[in-house]
Amino acid sequence: MIGYLSQRLALAFLVCLTVSLITFFLLTSSGDVVSAIAGEEATPEQIAALRRELGLDAHWTVRYLEWLGNALRGDFGNSLFFRETVADLIMHRLPNTLQLAGMSLAVMLSLSLPLGMLAAFRPNTWVDRLALSIAVMGQAMPNFWFGLILMVVFALNLGWLPPSGSGTNWHFILPAIALGYYATPPVMRLTRAGMIEVLGTDYIRTARAKGLSTTRVLFKHALRNAIIPVVALTAVQFGNMLGGSVVIETVFGIQGVGYLAWESITRLDVPVVQAIMILVAIAYITLVLVSDVLNAWLDPKIRK
Amino acid sequence: MSKILEVENLRVDIPVGKQTLHAVRGISFSLSKGETLCVVGESGCGKSLTSLAIMGLLPSAAKRTADKLHFDGVDLLSASNRKMQKIRGNRLSMIFQEPMTSLNPAYTIGDQLMEVMLWHQNVTKAKAHERAVYLLEKVGITGAAKRMKQYPHQLSGGLRQRVMIAMSLMCGPTVIMADEPTTALDVTIQAQILLLLSELQREFEMGLVLITHDLGVVARIADRVMVMYAGEVVEQGTAKAVFEAPLHPYTRGLLECMPIPGKTKPGHHLGSIPGIVPSLIGEIAGCAFRDRCRHAREGCESFDRLRHDGKNHYWRCIMDEQETRGHLAKFTAGTEAAT
Ligand SMILES: Nc1ncnc2c1ncn2[C@@H]1O[C@H](COP(=O)(O)OP(=O)(O)O)[C@@H](O)[C@H]1O
Ligand code: SF4
Ligand SMILES: [Mg+2]
Repeated sequence: MIGYLSQRLALAFLVCLTVSLITFFLLTSSGDVVSAIAGEEATPEQIAALRRELGLDAHWTVRYLEWLGNALRGDFGNSLFFRETVADLIMHRLPNTLQLAGMSLAVMLSLSLPLGMLAAFRPNTWVDRLALSIAVMGQAMPNFWFGLILMVVFALNLGWLPPSGSGTNWHFILPAIALGYYATPPVMRLTRAGMIEVLGTDYIRTARAKGLSTTRVLFKHALRNAIIPVVALTAVQFGNMLGGSVVIETVFGIQGVGYLAWESITRLDVPVVQAIMILVAIAYITLVLVSDVLNAWLDPKIRK
Repeated sequence: MSKILEVENLRVDIPVGKQTLHAVRGISFSLSKGETLCVVGESGCGKSLTSLAIMGLLPSAAKRTADKLHFDGVDLLSASNRKMQKIRGNRLSMIFQEPMTSLNPAYTIGDQLMEVMLWHQNVTKAKAHERAVYLLEKVGITGAAKRMKQYPHQLSGGLRQRVMIAMSLMCGPTVIMADEPTTALDVTIQAQILLLLSELQREFEMGLVLITHDLGVVARIADRVMVMYAGEVVEQGTAKAVFEAPLHPYTRGLLECMPIPGKTKPGHHLGSIPGIVPSLIGEIAGCAFRDRCRHAREGCESFDRLRHDGKNHYWRCIMDEQETRGHLAKFTAGTEAAT
């Protein structure tokens, strides 16, 4: 287990390194930050001076190594826009993003698991089709569009919930529904497929032959096995929620990392964008690790 | 003897496209308290569906009808779901053909054994644990306490089937149904497990319905034998009567295929009944065995009733007892040279 884990961690580190290298290269070649900052009227001399001042005159590989050395010590530099370090900036925004992703995950699971199980329990009936349509609708609508509808109906027309901002927990409800609903279909379909497969197995017949109630057969004997592949997908979806909340955070004005990413991209605030990319990569990798551990816990055959 | 299980005219129909597959075509039998009934017959003759129909565990597409289906004073035909759940695993348990896949991979052996008892009976965990360990030892598993903590994948097929047997005994059932419990196992342990089952049946005074291909074991443990062919009972009687005087040509065919200890030499090619089982889709008129029967004659195509000799030996054949006994003399004499 220790050997396996250290191997996985080494691999994770390499992936992060690669991601950082690629983003660094892409960001360097995507536009000239210096002329953007200096403004259109700046003379070539002024631009060159500013470039030297920002330490951007060296070759990009040199700058990458310098950045990497600092990053490994937790120093991601300063924002080009705010008078703050990148690390502080992200740390201030992170709780909002985590709260949004956590609530979205709850929305997604409370939709996809019951729907998937219902559909599997009555396959090819109206129940199944209804569950599937509910799920497919979630995927057919772009999430910002669904978010806007929610905002118009529940915030503007009915006035039940605040339309935008991240001041209270109430602010997170509509965006969490938009984000969670969008992530529902694949998880629901996998739950359904896993459940249908498990319900046809011999051990479910054994459970019924033991005289257990349908509820117990479903929740104790079937769900536990059907859920194993769902765990991995859920981890990936959670990663998508963390990394993909850019649009929803922007629509609902939530001061999270996604919103920050969007702002920083429009302002060419390279150090911030770079750091967020790394953060997202780390989040993904951690989630995959967590899902592996969960799988091992759920499936005694993987456990050693 | 009082009847614990009574089955009359049980039918199982399964829709196949626009047609219907008549898998079990009106079979009747009964089981007394503490009796062992062995059910034999080729694959596909409806043995499994018969047992599942009694348990109320048929696949959802299959339709069950019967004139009577009584277990221990309960009418299973009209029993509610809840009532069936109270019976299954408690007073009536079942052992399946597939030991490798019949246990839940996600839970320990101990959990699965204790569950059935905790579910049906008002006992403490400690008590259920104690009984599970006791039964694991009973079915010949060493280191039972340690096995309780293991998962199914850590056990061989033979051990898993022993666990299934122990599980079926947890609540002290009145009847156990075992559907080819050893077919999936290594030949070297098949008879051993069947004999174990029979021992336990006698020790705990349970009724046992054992579906098996092992006629050698049947001869040793059965009180009564039921021979099925194409969804029907073709012969039924005490084990002694059926083995000494098999009155149906199909039964004689099965017995000719059976190796005889001391007589059949190792490697000797056993006979098999030529021909194939008729399709069960649609109605079958007359004797279903007639395409394979060397005594087939005019009249067989419409013969359709069970004869009996007044001593509870039943057979479904146009040949009466006298004619059959004539063939029987030849059969017994020619067992070794049987064609
Ligand atoms: N779920 C099912 N759907 C359709 N046909 C089935 C199903 N289960 C069994 N059958 C058919 O019913 C007949 C009897 O099956 P079964 O009771 O399993 O036979 P046995 O146990 O004697 O080998 C076979 O012809 C089989 O193909
Ligand atoms: S009824 Fe006819 S075909 Fe059928 S077993 Fe008897 S003799 Fe053979
Ligand atoms: Mg079978």
